Amino acid sequence: MNPLELVGASPEPPFEIVFAGTPVPAYPGQSIAAALQGAGIRAWRTTRVRARPRGLFCGIGVCFDCVVVVNGSATLRACLTEARPGDEVEPA
Amino acid sequence: MRPYDLAVVGAGPAGLACAVAAGRAGLRVVLVDGGPRLGGQYYRHAPPSYRATRPGVLHHGWRTFAALAAALPALDVDVRLRHRVWAAETAPDGLRLHCLAGDREETPVTFPAARLVVATGAHDRVLPFPGWDLPGVLTAGGAQALLKGELVLAGRKVVVAGTGPFLLPVAAGLAAAGARVRGVFEAGRTAGLAAHPGILLAHPGKLAEAAGYGLTLAAHRVPYRGRHAVVAAHGNTALTSVTVAKVDAGWGPIPGTERMVPCDTLAVGYGFTPQLELALQLGCATRTDADGGHIVAVDARQATDVPGVYAAGESTGVGGAPLALVEGRIAGLAAAGRPAPARLLRLRARLREFARALHAAYPVRDGWRGWLRDDTVVCRCEEVPYARLREALALGAADARSVKLLARPGMGPCQGRMCGYAVGRLAGSPEGLGHRPIAQPIRLADLARFEGDPT
Repeated sequence: MNPLELVGASPEPPFEIVFAGTPVPAYPGQSIAAALQGAGIRAWRTTRVRARPRGLFCGIGVCFDCVVVVNGSATLRACLTEARPGDEVEPA
Repeated sequence: MRPYDLAVVGAGPAGLACAVAAGRAGLRVVLVDGGPRLGGQYYRHAPPSYRATRPGVLHHGWRTFAALAAALPALDVDVRLRHRVWAAETAPDGLRLHCLAGDREETPVTFPAARLVVATGAHDRVLPFPGWDLPGVLTAGGAQALLKGELVLAGRKVVVAGTGPFLLPVAAGLAAAGARVRGVFEAGRTAGLAAHPGILLAHPGKLAEAAGYGLTLAAHRVPYRGRHAVVAAHGNTALTSVTVAKVDAGWGPIPGTERMVPCDTLAVGYGFTPQLELALQLGCATRTDADGGHIVAVDARQATDVPGVYAAGESTGVGGAPLALVEGRIAGLAAAGRPAPARLLRLRARLREFARALHAAYPVRDGWRGWLRDDTVVCRCEEVPYARLREALALGAADARSVKLLARPGMGPCQGRMCGYAVGRLAGSPEGLGHRPIAQPIRLADLARFEGDPT
């Protein structure tokens, strides 16, 4: 069993985003955090003080642990930001 | 913009029930939520593009949500999703709600309204422990949100830990969706409510819900252990195992009972913290809930002490979705000047009684401090270790605010939402009330573009 089977989902075909140079599939409507998690990427940021890896923690936009840089500019919470085809995602 | 009769902030159980009740009473309503879909955290679900044929499988009470969502289009309810409210204020001619609309290209929008309902819900309450900042450690609500909203498993081998009945649906959902759940570790007693048999018998629906989760866990051979806590998480770049220990009644680890449980994911939660930013901005009075946390004080009509401002759901006391639905309806009716039916008021009283019993059955005991080591990060944002907090306390900091000024916990981007509870407990004073003039991060350019009320 997987979550898609559990709810009887048949998602539209995934598109590609890029995380630190690696292509990652994302389903339409999926958040950047979910796409990274789904691809087995669990750490996508390094902390300022201790240089420790961080990824998803609260999952609902409260903790700011999951921030990423998208397409070179904006620092966004990966858990709240819907992936778009071709997004270039880098560690914040 | 023509003022709305009512602005409802939050489209979870309370906000939805409120908007529908107010809309049915003939009000012109704007329902605002930061998320991309209706439902809030409780009814969080996958995007329509996933074409789920059984969307309710991961939910309790999905039909209630479906009925509320289906009722909206026929009503004068302006649904504004992906609108993050960063400020709410009272003005001479009513209330104003300042939002940023959109996903990444954000547009400032202000909604004027005669009345406002705060239905902003809650987030997970977390406690620090060694290794809790490793990737793979998620809040229980975060792991569930990823599953319900994105249909992604947080991991393959999962440990669920913390306290309170919410751990059960989290574990049951993950197990049903294919994760191998290595155990549910409840720091309190698993039969916490058994001390209140009268309460359980008076709420057969709750009992049946719990039994359902119990059956799912049993079918997947998931052990549910009381008086057990995850006292440390291990791994270099990501989680590989946790240390589980038996704890005494005060949550102090019992020496010699520690064991390592291999896992790639830990979903951990110690209850919930209501989101009060907007209510505090508006100047609403608060009071202390049964669990010691701050909540918005409301009267029998869900009205706060600020004229025209109501609150419903978790912001008025963490009590779960059924209570939030009832409070939302009462608030919506009150905002329309209609009295709530006596039956609804009785139901609210019963559900509040149940919530109080739950708070009493699943308190957070002080023994978690014994899990901390000098280098344990307490504030995740500023990476403040426990040792620095202890120094601040030794220097004479006697409350959370003084500790914050000396050691800087709570000064990072989350603004203390994650560590505030723990810092308050360590300082021996209740969590500081987060008076924040800005409830959501806003870019300086957007703030500069904002033109305040000319008065």
